[in-house]
Amino acid sequence: MRLALFGGVYNNYLALRAAIADAKRRGVDGMYCLGDLGAFGPHPDRTIELIREFSIPCVQGNYDHSIGHELSDCQCGYTDPRDNYFAQISFDYTLSNTSAENRAFLRTLPPEIRLNVHGRRVLLCHGSPRRTNEFLWESTTSTAFLERLAEEHAADAIFATHTGLHWQRGLSGGRLFANVGVLGRPANDGTTRVWYAVAEFSEHGRVEDGPVCTVDFVPIEYDHRRLAREMRAEGLPEEFVETILTGWWTTCMEILPAKERRRGRY
Amino acid sequence: MSVRATDRACDAPLIGLSSLDELWFQVAGTRCNLQCAHCFISCSPHNKTYDFLTLDDVLRGLEAGQRYGVREYYFTGGEPFLHPQLVAMLKATLEVGPATVLTNATVLKPEWLEELAAAEQGSPYSLEFRVSLDGPCPEINDPIRGAGTFDRAMVGVRRLVEAGFLPIITMTRTWDMEQDTEIVARFREVLAQQAGYTRARLKILPRLQIGAEARRTCGYRPSERVTAEMLEGFDRSHLLCDHARVITDRGVAVCPILLDFPDALLGRDLDEAVEQPFALCHGACYTCYLHGAICSNPAVAGTRRGASAGQSDPATDHPAS
Repeated sequence: MRLALFGGVYNNYLALRAAIADAKRRGVDGMYCLGDLGAFGPHPDRTIELIREFSIPCVQGNYDHSIGHELSDCQCGYTDPRDNYFAQISFDYTLSNTSAENRAFLRTLPPEIRLNVHGRRVLLCHGSPRRTNEFLWESTTSTAFLERLAEEHAADAIFATHTGLHWQRGLSGGRLFANVGVLGRPANDGTTRVWYAVAEFSEHGRVEDGPVCTVDFVPIEYDHRRLAREMRAEGLPEEFVETILTGWWTTCMEILPAKERRRGRY
Repeated sequence: MSVRATDRACDAPLIGLSSLDELWFQVAGTRCNLQCAHCFISCSPHNKTYDFLTLDDVLRGLEAGQRYGVREYYFTGGEPFLHPQLVAMLKATLEVGPATVLTNATVLKPEWLEELAAAEQGSPYSLEFRVSLDGPCPEINDPIRGAGTFDRAMVGVRRLVEAGFLPIITMTRTWDMEQDTEIVARFREVLAQQAGYTRARLKILPRLQIGAEARRTCGYRPSERVTAEMLEGFDRSHLLCDHARVITDRGVAVCPILLDFPDALLGRDLDEAVEQPFALCHGACYTCYLHGAICSNPAVAGTRRGASAGQSDPATDHPAS
């Protein structure tokens, strides 16, 4: 059993379309999205319509909650004034360009999705199992903390997104945590690729026999130049366009821990 | 043993520990090579109200921290780098989790930083340095932190940058909030010019009007307190006491700010202290309530699922820089 797991889409409907096509080519058995359909990119309705067209079950991210309920900000959890300044531009744009029908759809999304895959308890959430906008970075999340989350939330595999960077860590008893990354913007690595994850569950194994599943991170090339053109046409900040075209984050990165920050250009 | 929060004559709201996410080590006690005029626990070279922790204290703390599923570890004082075994402590920490050290950057030796950089490289976890510097020039900084401290700290920042670290510069706001943008811009310029630090990470902190700062300016008014009404619908994860405890040589405390108050000590050990709620009866609790997450690195701020969605956040309601 193989599942395609998409992280934050951030209005990048071109990347989402490419990822869906890629996952179908791989013949996955199911596609899921971990939330934050809006932000950053252009034409929010196009992403939501793809999710609905392909009936992709989706977790409600903080962005989806905020847009759905027409709140005043994205609840991203940033603490730096410049980060919040840019986050607000995305939010105001996304809110005013999401149809009432799609806002109603966002309100229906669940805060988490639980699956039973060959007897393994799989938990799909947005930030962390306990907090929608908690940032689980690789370099600031101890293994002991992940073990506690797996225990307290009764899960053999936990999948999250929210940070924008993909990583995974094996836990005791074959359990696993993975941050599936995002389709919305590049992984601050100087390339224009975006990422999703494919989790493969073996059919007859038991938890005691080894890892619950294996996770492969899949890079996606898409028409990022077209996205950049559309972002400019919509009057979105040049800082966002630069990230799409260069692969380096320019905003919303004061929240990055030291190790992740060092890997970027800014 | 201190007076317990639940026994005291104080009608402030009680806050229990919801999850032990951060474990702090008061590793240098109240001993510091500096004697800052705004220090909330009046640290100095001679203040031994709290003493050094031993390496063994820290190793036991790390063991307990893993048992509790602690996410991150913090080292503070006083000046942590006065402790001769700090490097060993940080290296041990990086084997089990992320570490942050709060320093004045005036006593950093390049060989320690090299050793720590190597340890961080071999670990999946970040080692964060938070450097206290209270102004972008000696004229603002030195009256607070002492003569010559600006230049000495800039040397320390340069050493950190040369060792490959990206320190978070924390500045206590001793100016009007309207000047934040200008001060931050000057900081960026000065750090780039004098310390070669071109991608500076900066964090502005509010003053805590207790300890030396109460004598320098003034203490809190009796009305500056957290009330039960204020906590209704409030996201408690903005308060450090909601998700942290501090290991000191005198027991385990509720937070690193209130160490001079007897009620801050919640137990002899972690097992005892995690069970104890705390009454938010201090003026500093009010500052923490207003500004939120002032002790933590930015990365841990967040809103619990379902709690106070969309409520305005006093910690982030600042204009863009």
